[in-house]
Amino acid sequence: MSLPLTSADLVGVDLAAADRDDATRRLIDLLAAAGRVTDADGFHADVRAREAQMATGMPGGVGLPHARSEHVTAPSLAVGKLREPVDWGAPDGPARLVFLIAAPAGGDADHLQILAALARRLVHESFRQSLLDAPDAATVAEIVQREVVPS
Amino acid sequence: MKFVAVSSCPTGIAHTYMAAEALEQAGKAAGHEVHVETQGAAGSTPLDPAIIAAADGVIYAADLEVQARERFAGKPSVDVGVKKAVHDPTGVLAQAVAAVEAGVPAEDAAAAGAAPSAPRPATKVDANAGVGTRVRQWLMTGVSYMIPFVAAGGILIALGFMVAQVAWPGNEGPVAVTAVPVEDLITSFSITSGQDWAVLLYQTGAAAFGFLVAVLSGFIAYAIADRPGLVPGFVGGAISVVIGAGFLGGLVTGFVGGFLALWISRWKVPKGVRGVMPVVVTPLLSSLLTGFLMFVLIGRPIANVMEGLTSWLNGLSGSNLVLMGALLGAMMGFDLGGPINKVAYTFAVTGLATGGLTGDAVQYRIMAAVMAAGMIAPLAMALATTVRRALFTHAERENGKAAWLLGLSFISEGAIPFAAADPWRVIVSSVVGSSATGAIAMAVGSGVRAPHGGIWVLPLISNPLGFLLAVAVGTVVTAGVVVVLKGLRPNPVVQAEREADAAAATAGTPAAAQPATA
Repeated sequence: MSLPLTSADLVGVDLAAADRDDATRRLIDLLAAAGRVTDADGFHADVRAREAQMATGMPGGVGLPHARSEHVTAPSLAVGKLREPVDWGAPDGPARLVFLIAAPAGGDADHLQILAALARRLVHESFRQSLLDAPDAATVAEIVQREVVPS
Repeated sequence: MKFVAVSSCPTGIAHTYMAAEALEQAGKAAGHEVHVETQGAAGSTPLDPAIIAAADGVIYAADLEVQARERFAGKPSVDVGVKKAVHDPTGVLAQAVAAVEAGVPAEDAAAAGAAPSAPRPATKVDANAGVGTRVRQWLMTGVSYMIPFVAAGGILIALGFMVAQVAWPGNEGPVAVTAVPVEDLITSFSITSGQDWAVLLYQTGAAAFGFLVAVLSGFIAYAIADRPGLVPGFVGGAISVVIGAGFLGGLVTGFVGGFLALWISRWKVPKGVRGVMPVVVTPLLSSLLTGFLMFVLIGRPIANVMEGLTSWLNGLSGSNLVLMGALLGAMMGFDLGGPINKVAYTFAVTGLATGGLTGDAVQYRIMAAVMAAGMIAPLAMALATTVRRALFTHAERENGKAAWLLGLSFISEGAIPFAAADPWRVIVSSVVGSSATGAIAMAVGSGVRAPHGGIWVLPLISNPLGFLLAVAVGTVVTAGVVVVLKGLRPNPVVQAEREADAAAATAGTPAAAQPATA
């Protein structure tokens, strides 16, 4: 793996966002600033298309927008902790934690193993809580790097 | 209770795995055993058939069509979709328990194939990949199933030559072993006879080789169309051998058979017919159409080309021998057992049968040039996989080891897995090197009276050092060209494997030191 999945500059803590689309855009801007997404608008359209198929609100206050897109240069994860929770379409309430998964369009299975491992970790409440408790971006990135290991 | 589940979602990177984890955790909490097959973008590892057999019920948490659903036939099942499994795994599990207790017969039991829990051969296909990648994955699936046949068959044949070299007096063994009729082997095999063992090895290897093209074609079709593709693929590959179209014909039949089967299996048919589609209708129609295409449409042009080439070669006799060696060498390297190769080989072998030849007859020199050239492709691939491992897939590297022996034994088929996986680069490099070898073998004046055997008939070869030089030069040339060509445009399958290796290597160290806590 050349690039780690995420890093402190891909984490937004205390993010103010009006709604789902706005929160997604802020995370996309982080990916674009880090050079992991070449075309922010194009990628945003891909994420919206996925979100329109089926909302990605997950149990436990998690939003998990994601897309495989040709505008993505490296498999990446942007994490946002929202100041105010926004509705992400989950039946059990709005989302406070948002994970934006950006996967390149190519079919490299080994990258996707990591994303699969992340999705599996998200089911565990202890993992979500540790991210909510994390004081800063660096800690969030460090927790993800440590906990998300392909099985 | 024990459950098996399948999860999938449109993108295949999030819900698929969350549903799997949620179901497994909910099962753990409720005291049930749950095994989930994640049919996601990261590839899916099929459930162990023993686990499926032991399961009381099946949970489909799948938004895509379940792959190989017939494995679960006859078991009580619930079909809930992926979202429900993510948000309410406990409820889904309760539903599944209820279904098992009620003994709900699976609605798809009737549509299942003949062997419900048979293990399913793996493919290397990722349904979400682009067209170019998928074509390569289809090819690689066929190649990966063919490689064991190449290795086992080729090594058996080579061993047969080696034993024959010892078992027959003089140096006639490698020639004599191929002339013993199978009937003699059946009626009078003697466990103490080296000659009989040599014939046994040779004939068994030849039988394994008989499958090469059919297995290649059959598993390309399987990768494209799943089980319905197997019959037209295998049948098409077998026909390709019959009409002399070789492995290139097998590539064609693999794709043709696969897509015919895929197309036919998607027909909208009345419910009454649906049950017999996968077992009778699809294989029958797709095989018939493949057979028509091969025998009627492709068979005659190939026969015409072979005839034309043969008469052209016969007309060339007596002209510049070095040029002729280069030409025959190029033909030997072109399709590795296919029509062009066969014309050159038959031309040389037919020459041997000419009566009253003297020791340095042109016919013997032609045979030597053809034999040397036919050794190049497998030897060069073996060399290339040794010096530039990173350019080849894992399967190819393994095959490269066997290719040394196959090449030395003049078994050109040893290079087919390489050529089938990457036809243009391998064929171009093979033609260049084999052609050089043919020319050099002619120039140094080597001759041989044996039509088979490669290095094992070296004692029968005049100017053996010149012969070896020709082989060495061609091997290095072809290996060099293929390394350059493959280096220009890296193969994504190889890159993916390399990254997987790197990830596995790094994951083993720091990650293991800090195990994730739940």
